[in-house]
Amino acid sequence: MAIAREAEPVSSLHEIREAGLDREDLLGMYRTMLITRGIEERGHILYKQGKIPGSFYTGRGNEASSVGVATAMGGDDVGTPLHRDMGVHVTRGVEPWRIFAQYMGRADGPTRGRDGNVHMADSKLGLLAMVSHLPAMLPVAVGCALAFRIREERRVSVGWFGEGASARGDCHEAMNLAGVRRLPIVFICDNNQWAYSTPTHLEYACETLADRAQAYGFEGVVVDGTDVLAVYREAKRAIEKAREGGGPTMIESLTLRMEGHAVHDDAFYVPKEMFEEWAKRDPIERFRSWLRENAALTDDEEDEVAASVKKLLADAINRAEESPLPDPSSLTEGVFATPEDLDTPHHK
Amino acid sequence: MAEMTYLQAISDGLRVEMRRDKRVFVIGEDVGVYGGAFKVTLGFQEEFGPWRVIDSPLSETAIVGGCTGAAIMGMRPVAEMQFADFISCAWDQLVTVAAKQRYRAGTPVPIVVRLPSGGGFSGGPFHSQNPESSFAHIAGLKVVCPATPEDAKGLLISAIEDPNPVLYFEHKHLYRRLKADVPEERYTVPFGKARVHREGDDVTVVTWGAMVHTAGDAAKELEADGVSVEILDLRTLIPWDKKAVLESAEKTSKVLVLHEDTRTGGFGGEIASTIAEEAFEHLDAPIVRIAAADSPVPFSPPLEKAFIPQVDDVVKGLKELAAY
Repeated sequence: MAIAREAEPVSSLHEIREAGLDREDLLGMYRTMLITRGIEERGHILYKQGKIPGSFYTGRGNEASSVGVATAMGGDDVGTPLHRDMGVHVTRGVEPWRIFAQYMGRADGPTRGRDGNVHMADSKLGLLAMVSHLPAMLPVAVGCALAFRIREERRVSVGWFGEGASARGDCHEAMNLAGVRRLPIVFICDNNQWAYSTPTHLEYACETLADRAQAYGFEGVVVDGTDVLAVYREAKRAIEKAREGGGPTMIESLTLRMEGHAVHDDAFYVPKEMFEEWAKRDPIERFRSWLRENAALTDDEEDEVAASVKKLLADAINRAEESPLPDPSSLTEGVFATPEDLDTPHHK
Repeated sequence: MAEMTYLQAISDGLRVEMRRDKRVFVIGEDVGVYGGAFKVTLGFQEEFGPWRVIDSPLSETAIVGGCTGAAIMGMRPVAEMQFADFISCAWDQLVTVAAKQRYRAGTPVPIVVRLPSGGGFSGGPFHSQNPESSFAHIAGLKVVCPATPEDAKGLLISAIEDPNPVLYFEHKHLYRRLKADVPEERYTVPFGKARVHREGDDVTVVTWGAMVHTAGDAAKELEADGVSVEILDLRTLIPWDKKAVLESAEKTSKVLVLHEDTRTGGFGGEIASTIAEEAFEHLDAPIVRIAAADSPVPFSPPLEKAFIPQVDDVVKGLKELAAY
C-alpha cells in the first residue's frame, strides 16, 4: 500500500478561492496553458521547417502540472524547471518571442545561442537554466533553499525532476540534505511514466515515488498532474509549509508524456491504448470543461483568449525571426564571469 | 606579519573573509564540530555558528551543487572536499553545471572548492591525487595551486572574491611543513601572475604546488656545479601566466616542466607545447618534462617514492638539460 498521501480534486470555485485564486486568476492560468502548448506546437512546425537546429522537446500533457506549480510560487521564490515544464517559464513571465529565439539559436534567446531548446531560464524571474544531466539541478535547487535558510529569508526553492532521474544518486543526495537540514524546498516529480523508452516498472520498484519522501523525513503527495487546480493546491500547500519552516515536500505529479522523448521519437513503445486513455484526460480540455461547469466560462471568452494567444504567438515568431544569429566572433565571450556580472538582484 | 604554517595561512584567509563578508560560508564533511579532517576550520563553528560552518552529510554532489545554488542566490560558498580525490563524486556538478552556467545562462557561479591534494605520506590511490589537469581542461573553471603560506592566504581570498567557480588545490604535504611570515591584514594575490621562486640564468623550471619546493632543493644542488636555475611558480593554472613562462624561456633557453600530477595529458604538456609554438627559436634544448608516472598513486613507500618526482629526479633532469 502506498505511503504517500493522494491529493483530492478541486470540486468548486469556492474551494479554489480558499486556495487563493479568483476567477480572473483561473482564466489567466487557462491562457498560460494555451500559450504553453502553442509555443511547443509552433516550435514543432518551425523545427520541421528546418528553422530550429538540433533536437526539439515538448511537454505535451504536462501543461497543468507546470502551470499549476508555477502559479503557486511566490514572486521571490525560485525554481529549476525542466524540458517538460515550459509552463513554468510562461507563468513566470518569459516572453514567448524570446523562447522562439532560443529555439532558433538567435542572439536574443535567453542563452544568446549558447544553448538550445528548453535549456534556458531568466534568472531575473527566479529561474535557473537546466542541464541535460538529470537531475543535476536538484542539488542546485537545494543550494538555493540553503541560501534562504542561512539568510533567514521567507523564500522557497522548487526543484523539478522526472521519474527517470529519480534513479540517480544526486536525487538522493539532494533530498537527504534537504531533509536533514529541513530546508525550504519543494520537490516536484514530473512522473510522465516514460524515461525515453523505459517504463516505470524498470525505473523504480516502490509503489509511488512520493513514498520515498517519508524515508527522507518529509511528506510525499501524489497528485493527478492533468488537473491544474489539484496541482496548484498541493503545490501551494507545500510551498507555504516550506515558507513557514515546515521543511520539504515531494509532490509526484502523475501524467503521461503524450509525445516521444523528442520529436525524432514516435514513441512506438507506448501502448496505443495508453495514449487513448490519457488523451481523454487532456489537461487543457479538462480545465476548459471545469471552467465552463464551475466558473461560467463563456463561448465569447473562449474565442477571445484563443484569438489573443494566436496573435501573441504569431507576433512572437516574427519577432524571433528578426533576431540576429549570434556573431561567431563572440564565441568565447562569457566563458568566465566578470565582477560586473555579479551586479544582479540576487547578489546585492 | 605573523609566522604561519601553510595550513594556518589557509585558515587565516578563510577567517578574514568570513569576518568581512557575511555571504561567505563553509560547507563540507566534518568541517564544523570536528574542524575539518585537517583542522583548517578548527574553531570556526564557535565563531560563525552552525549555519555558516555547515557539517554536511557524505554527499559531494550535494555539497558542490548546493554551493552552486547558494552562489546563484548571492552567497559566496566555500566547499571543502575532505580529500581532493573525492571531487570525482562531484564532477558532474562542477563540470556540467557550475562551469557552464555563466556561458550558457549568463549566471555567474562564484564558488570555491577547497581540495586537499597531493601525496608523499602513503595515502594510497584515493587520498593522494593531484587532479588539477583534469579541471584545467574544462572551460569555465579556474584552477589555483598555492605553494607558499603567503600565497595560500592571498590566493584563497582572491578565489572567494572571484565571480567564477574556483578549484583551490591545497597541498597536504605543505600543510605543516612550510612556515613563513604572512601579512596579518587582508590581501589578495592576483590570478594568472607567476611568482619567481628563484632567479637564475641557465635553466628554467616551470612548476606549481609542492613541486616548487622539490625544484628549490634540486636547484641548490646544481649551484655546486655552477648551474643557475630559475624557478617559476605558476600559482594558478587557469589562468596561467604564459608571458612569464615565455620570458623566462627566452632568457635561459632551456626549460624543464615539473608537476606532481601524472604525465600523460598533464598540464605540463600544455606549457611545453606553448613554449614550442611561441619560443621555439629561443630554445637551445628540447623541453624536458618531469611528472608522476602514468599509474594510480601507490601506497607502499618505495612505490610512492618512485611515483612522485623526487629531488634526485629533478637534479638529474636539470643536469642533462644544462649539459645539452
